[in-house]
Amino acid sequence: MLLVNEKEVLFHAGMTLADLVRAQDPAADILLVNGYPASLQTVLSDGDQCWLWQRGKAPSAEEMRHLLYARHTPGVQTRLQDRVVGIMGLGGLGSSVAIALARMGIGSLLLADYDVVEPTNLNRQQYFVDQIGEKKAAALRDILQRVNPHVAVTVMDRRLIEEDIGVLFKDVHALVECFDDPAMKAAGLRAVLHHLPGVFYVGASGLAGYGENNAIRTRRLYPGVYLVGDEVSGAAPGQGLMAARVGIAAHHQANQVVRLLLGAESEVE
Amino acid sequence: MKVFCNGEAQEIAPGTRVAEYLSQLGLDASSVVVECDGKILTREEYGSHALQDGSVLELIRFVGGG
Repeated sequence: MLLVNEKEVLFHAGMTLADLVRAQDPAADILLVNGYPASLQTVLSDGDQCWLWQRGKAPSAEEMRHLLYARHTPGVQTRLQDRVVGIMGLGGLGSSVAIALARMGIGSLLLADYDVVEPTNLNRQQYFVDQIGEKKAAALRDILQRVNPHVAVTVMDRRLIEEDIGVLFKDVHALVECFDDPAMKAAGLRAVLHHLPGVFYVGASGLAGYGENNAIRTRRLYPGVYLVGDEVSGAAPGQGLMAARVGIAAHHQANQVVRLLLGAESEVE
Repeated sequence: MKVFCNGEAQEIAPGTRVAEYLSQLGLDASSVVVECDGKILTREEYGSHALQDGSVLELIRFVGGG
């Protein structure tokens, strides 16, 4: 049996993608097999997951949901869609982490920030000029809705303190620390180590400027607890926060969260 | 007396508290997470926790930017 646009189709030996297209949707010109673009000559195997689509065709809501994930490795999506990830701080790191996780199909995001979008944020944060003055939490929720309407987004428009973190994020599977303030970065790590056993945690420190790409690394501090960054490049006069390096760190964080949620912790890192 | 900080032996005065030690290292205590002899200290303990001869410290120091 094949799974074609999420529907079961009878498989027969020697079947090519061309045979399938002819039978199912002769106008289809976007062809994916197991999450990867494939040519018409591709010989199919029993159990393959296929997507056939006409470029530019408007999908229904249900088709949209499947198409968003059609390029994922089969199986990954189902393991991410019931996971909840918290993000503390929605600046350059947090806004990028949230968008990456939404594109990858994390089920729920719990976002916290107290600040508003300012013109000086736009050099590195994922907000738009027309959102200046809006609360970051609400502005990011709007962006995420446009990226992937199937992610459940809950926002907390508040300034976090160390004592609250263990309570507010007690139901998440993973927590991402994206604060700007180094005292809150330390507070976040202490809070998770003291109050959130079993919650995966990915913090960040050292990502300012335009230093070496590969100095940004992901270091394991404790089981399930990681720190991303070069750990020395703080934001300071003459060393500002810049989109590319902040983005490198943010995507280390997002990838580490996905790795942990998919069971990478058992590997030697 | 001797303590081991991030793997390095250091000579310090007996009775030194964690907050004093961080200050001697030139660190801002608010941006450091301290593990002392396998235990993560609360923020309140920095001022009260006295280091012992042979204490093993792991300091995780944070810099700003996010």
